[in-house]
Amino acid sequence: MKSDNVIETKNVNFYYGDFKALTDVTMDFERNRVTALIGPSGCGKSTLLRLLNRMNDLIAGTRVEGKIVFEGINIYDPEIDPVDIRRKIGMVFQKPNPFPKSIFNNIIYGPRLSGIRGKAEMETLVEQSLRQASLWDEVKDILGQSAMMLSGGQQQRLCIARALAMKPEILLMDEPTSALDPISTAKIEELIEELKKEYTIIIVTHNMQQAARISDYTGFFYLGKLIEYSPTEKLFTTPAVKQTEDYITGRFG
Amino acid sequence: MSRKVKEIIIKNVFLLFALVSVVILALIIIFLFVEGVPIFGVVSVTDFLFGMEWYPTYDPPEFGIWPLIVGSFVVTLFASLLAVPLGVLSAIYIAEIAPPLIKEIFKPVVELLAGLPSVVLGFFGMAVLAPWMQETFDLPTGLNIVNASLVLALMAVPTISSISEDALYSVPQEFKEASYALGATRFETIARVIVPAALSGISTAVILGMARAIGETMVVLMVAGGAAAIPESIFDSVRPMPASIAAEMGEAPFRSDHYHALFATGVVLFFLTLGFNLIADYVSHRFKEVGSATL
Amino acid sequence: MKWRYLKQQLFFLTVRLSALVIAVAIGGFLVYIFVNGIGAINWEFLTQPPRDSMTKGGIMPAILGTFYLTAGAIIIALPLGVASAIYLSEYAKGGTVIRIIRVGVNCLAGVPSIVFGLFGLGLFVVFLKFGSSILSGALTLAFLILPTIIGAAEEALKAVPQTFREASLGLGVSKWQTILRIVLPSALPGILTGSILGIGRAAGETAPIMFTAAAFFTAKLPQSIFDEVMALPYHVYVLATAGTHIEETRPLQYGTVLVLVALVLGIDLIAIVIRSYMRKNKGW
Repeated sequence: MKSDNVIETKNVNFYYGDFKALTDVTMDFERNRVTALIGPSGCGKSTLLRLLNRMNDLIAGTRVEGKIVFEGINIYDPEIDPVDIRRKIGMVFQKPNPFPKSIFNNIIYGPRLSGIRGKAEMETLVEQSLRQASLWDEVKDILGQSAMMLSGGQQQRLCIARALAMKPEILLMDEPTSALDPISTAKIEELIEELKKEYTIIIVTHNMQQAARISDYTGFFYLGKLIEYSPTEKLFTTPAVKQTEDYITGRFG
Repeated sequence: MSRKVKEIIIKNVFLLFALVSVVILALIIIFLFVEGVPIFGVVSVTDFLFGMEWYPTYDPPEFGIWPLIVGSFVVTLFASLLAVPLGVLSAIYIAEIAPPLIKEIFKPVVELLAGLPSVVLGFFGMAVLAPWMQETFDLPTGLNIVNASLVLALMAVPTISSISEDALYSVPQEFKEASYALGATRFETIARVIVPAALSGISTAVILGMARAIGETMVVLMVAGGAAAIPESIFDSVRPMPASIAAEMGEAPFRSDHYHALFATGVVLFFLTLGFNLIADYVSHRFKEVGSATL
Repeated sequence: MKWRYLKQQLFFLTVRLSALVIAVAIGGFLVYIFVNGIGAINWEFLTQPPRDSMTKGGIMPAILGTFYLTAGAIIIALPLGVASAIYLSEYAKGGTVIRIIRVGVNCLAGVPSIVFGLFGLGLFVVFLKFGSSILSGALTLAFLILPTIIGAAEEALKAVPQTFREASLGLGVSKWQTILRIVLPSALPGILTGSILGIGRAAGETAPIMFTAAAFFTAKLPQSIFDEVMALPYHVYVLATAGTHIEETRPLQYGTVLVLVALVLGIDLIAIVIRSYMRKNKGW
């Protein structure tokens, strides 16, 4: 077991209508580490990620069984407001999705609605977030320009900065580099290495090499079940389950 | 107040706003009936609908609206005979044949036509078409079925054209490519593949155009002539239902039989146009499901 | 083979002819109105009330009346329409309620304008005792254009990419804030276009205001929303059909028609220009 778990799932089942997308998933995620979720298409890894910040609530006809415990409470408890959860657990999406606003306003959007006032405070926060996302030097003179003008890689780093501006505990990343070119991908992978010092990162990726490169722990999913979950090096060199080995060596998926 | 409760309240406020349309529709029906039904104490429903004499101001008054219904149908029919080919063909022109520059101009022009107030077109029919027709064809009056049909057609064309155009645009590119790849000419592709594929949308357009013509008031009021009689030639004047209501409401004493009769006519008109719209809705959905396999 | 191309030429000719007929009809109509009406347009015409049984003077009260009625209509219909569209686009989840609402809006869109006139008469003038007034007329017109506004607003809202909503919600922003700060601003141009087209429609309608607001002649300008008004479309109608000096007022009829057409076309043109400008500058 891990030393300090920031979030845990306990016996989670998840249904889209009648279809059981996740079966009995129990895993814990260690603080200040990068945990990767891998597996073939449709195995449920993105579904699990989206459960962690209750984004699946947006889809009609879904049902969750089991618990997901964060800060000592089950986030699926009916008393809990998902909006609160999402302020502490941020998300970066597969395709960069900046708002049609200026770079500055993109970043300050979430914090402003959480109560940040004062020009100086906002400017500091924006600079801090952009530095953390390795984007500050590239955009510091054009903060008033529309975010849509940036390149794909820059837009994705902007989305990361935007999520970081909320100062979340956990950053969920849903295939964040799959829509980007190799250079942007490398930049973001570097970024993740830095970010884990301050944040906990859970990343879904269909790119095994990426998982091997950047993550501390890796969970392999297949058909909605967690097949194997161990420190990355161990999973990729001496996998315990045959299915894992087959996937890693490219026999399927 | 917790955020959850606030969100629920907001959602329900919007729901209430959205329900207003339904409420208004219900109110329209209610008021039409409330003010219209009393006429059926004076004359039976069949006599009202099929009676051949509309003399509401005579003593004793006659309340048969059949001539009005016939008037409505006749002008709508002739207007459609003109508007449907013009509308559909111009839609084909815009969607398939027009060079881009002309398309940029012609499309807004047709849309502009849709925006012209009906009273203005009615005025044109009255002040320009009627005297011209009277002289050219040596008629007692230029305010007749032909005139009304011409002007109504002009009103219906934009509706038919723009909805047909949408239907033609949404025909998948693959169909066209397949047709050309088999050696068909442009005309053959349009006539045998594109138009049939867009048929449900075009039918919808036609039905909605006709619904527009039947419900149109100012044009028929000013131009159809006003004779509440079954026409014998296309140069006769008629009094379609909307014209009757608009012309006579000003003179009918409040809550008199005439007043009720006019509201009852409104009921008939309402359900007639409703029927057209529902058919159009049905047609557009029914053929959407069937899809491309029926070609 | 030649026969096939002959058929094609014939067809294309017919199609081009149809387009031409329509273009000529519209063009001829507009030119005719312009030529016959421009003579009557002068400063006096636009700013003075009518005199001498409408044979002289101007149509200012009608212009003002149309303005009041249209402004009233859009003030009522715009918030109502946008709110309805927000529910249909952002909150409704399918099921009977939303189907009923959609059927209601679609049916409302198909109601003939004269029936709206009767409705306005029955509800606002008589039942609610507002009498023939700006209030009754504006309300009637508002419900006439409501389906147009709802349609345009819903389309504009649906065109906002879902990914914007996801990004906002993912940041821990509530649904209502997301709608208010992200979805609505993005949809605003489309909503604007729809509203402008609605305004154009309301300005040109006669039947809904015939029994609810319009009077042939008002001695004074309206002082309150319970007053009757003159209105451009109604003015055209009455001058041309029931005025006491139809032939003599002909030039002014053309003038009034020209003013009305210019007004409505101007409004519609603004909407079309805004729409094509937006389409080019979307950014997403």
